[in-house]
Amino acid sequence: MQPFTIVSGAAVPFMRANVDTDVIVRIERLTSLPKDRLGPFAFESLRYLPDGSLNPACILNAPRFQNAPFLLAGENFGCGSSREGAVWALMCLGIRTVIAPSYGDIFFSNCFQNGVLPIRLPLDRVEALAAQCADGAPLTIDLKTQMIRASDGASQPFAIDATRREALLSGLDGIGLTLRDDAEIRAWQEKDRVQRAWAWNPVRA
Amino acid sequence: MTAGSTLFDKIWDAHVVRDLGDGWALLHIDRHLLHDLSGSASLADMAERGLAVHDPDLAFATPDHAVSTQPGRDGMTYVAGSKLWSALRQGAQRFGIRLFDLGERGQGIVHVMGPEQGIVLPGLTMICGDSHTCTNGALGALALGVGSSESTHALATQTLRLQRPKHMRIRCDGALVPGVTAKDLALHIISTLGADAGVGHAIEYAGSTIEGLDVEARLTLCNLTVELGARSGVIAPDQRTFDYVKGRRFAPQGADFDAAVAAWRELKTDADAVFDREEYIDARLVAPTVTWGTSPEHAIAIDARIPDPRGATGQNAEAIAQALDYMGLDAGAPIAGTPIDWVFIGSCTNSRLSDLRAAADIARGRQVAPNVRAWVVPGSEDVKRAAEAEGLHEVFAAAGFEWREPGCGMCVAANGERVPPKARCVSTSNRNFVGRQGPQARTHLASPAMAVAAALTGCLSDVRTLA
Repeated sequence: MQPFTIVSGAAVPFMRANVDTDVIVRIERLTSLPKDRLGPFAFESLRYLPDGSLNPACILNAPRFQNAPFLLAGENFGCGSSREGAVWALMCLGIRTVIAPSYGDIFFSNCFQNGVLPIRLPLDRVEALAAQCADGAPLTIDLKTQMIRASDGASQPFAIDATRREALLSGLDGIGLTLRDDAEIRAWQEKDRVQRAWAWNPVRA
Repeated sequence: MTAGSTLFDKIWDAHVVRDLGDGWALLHIDRHLLHDLSGSASLADMAERGLAVHDPDLAFATPDHAVSTQPGRDGMTYVAGSKLWSALRQGAQRFGIRLFDLGERGQGIVHVMGPEQGIVLPGLTMICGDSHTCTNGALGALALGVGSSESTHALATQTLRLQRPKHMRIRCDGALVPGVTAKDLALHIISTLGADAGVGHAIEYAGSTIEGLDVEARLTLCNLTVELGARSGVIAPDQRTFDYVKGRRFAPQGADFDAAVAAWRELKTDADAVFDREEYIDARLVAPTVTWGTSPEHAIAIDARIPDPRGATGQNAEAIAQALDYMGLDAGAPIAGTPIDWVFIGSCTNSRLSDLRAAADIARGRQVAPNVRAWVVPGSEDVKRAAEAEGLHEVFAAAGFEWREPGCGMCVAANGERVPPKARCVSTSNRNFVGRQGPQARTHLASPAMAVAAALTGCLSDVRTLA
């Protein structure tokens, strides 16, 4: 996983509430494409007109926001389906951070599995950033200092759980980390097989 | 004095392998369900990384998402999904995981076959790479939807690194009036509290209404928990739950069952437990409910009028206007009487035997309206066989419904079964998102009985006027 330290660039003001993961990427794309080729299909119902041409009215298509690393959104971003492809599709667009007031819980977890940082800020502050970044003005996000710096020099802090922050900074793989405790997992299971025999006996092969 | 524990806490605490500090825990996962879409991806990931499955006995696989539901189908019928079906079969075989394949007992939508086969039990932790895993909380299990990375982590370690969520209780009291189901109650709750009400919370449903629901209705209610923004929803197991579980294929038997029930009786929230948020719903006021927009929170009673963005403000007004434009509806018009083109009865929300019986009761002796295409997709092979043994398939066929093979089908359209652009579908599924049932498809969520009422009349209708 790519570690997250400091990222700078444009921020797309995509201020809708309840953006679901079906809208971020259609499930049929996930049945047929590898995870690094989802970019053209991210937000396809919004980015393209019914005839397949680019929708010039969609902010995601604005030339100043191509490869923008930040997405500014409304409440409950990434709600709905658990598809991790929603995060992969955002990554294919170049997005490393979403800033929104709240997130769908599973999407939020999936972001951290892929080195994407979802920042929570109150709606009025996301809206202020959206106004500030509408013309393509860049932001800098520093995970070490937990600061968002705007192009006018103004900075604001953001909160993040310490465990999640460490994992993002190091880019460490969770499986490797957990398998270090495998002896403890197996000891727990051995004890549980006795205490809760009813949970184990019926599925024994 | 410390406060008591919630039901969620009790299950969580019993599964902590290691406290990781700061509210984080390494949590043991007792059951893991794998389907063709996310399961095949996790199994391929495992093989690629040279990892071993920690406990193959605790994982169960079945194809549901990308397989055709066409009568007489096999794994190749939907060609684009066939490689996922093959990958699931190969992965399950390679790692020694039980597979319930097409045409076999046990195959079905993961959240239908899991409880039905006794794989999911009260007090267990279980996961699946599917957001509707919350369905299984209806049995009193801690059931979490996960992405494919977490699914891989659980295959390799039989654990997840999780942070304890906040707690929310939704109390529902009073009896549902005739014609109103758990589906209507769920849509009513989401429209009342909002699609983000449960974000960051584990939800517990409680109260006399919930106690009065049978287990399949509870599964329907818990299924829609993720549409409130929460990852899990749980109901305390009771005698109905124990009776439901007893005798199922992978449920404990004999002395193990008795020991299990003794443990399950302890699975309830203490009277002095404190929730971060509590909500109250008067279930007597719930009417047959349908959605009008593109979020499950866009739900109204069937006798209500479509919302008008002019009565709302800011982002909300814009959201209503966008939804009405997508749905092709007029602000302020009555929702009843809206002409429809398609009806889909199925999905992990409403495809169990009780759902099909409720649908057949309305359909019996009547006819689907001309120009309406109506499908019934049973949730599992076992549901299909049980329904056929009762003759329900004949009731549907005689009324003009198509009786199909078990799978997710048109709920998510991952198998190419789509509602055509701009066509209007009444669906017993769980999501009316933009493009969910196909590009530009227009979805109205409703109960099975309401879906049949729409099929028969050719428009959104109050089922109580048909009964």
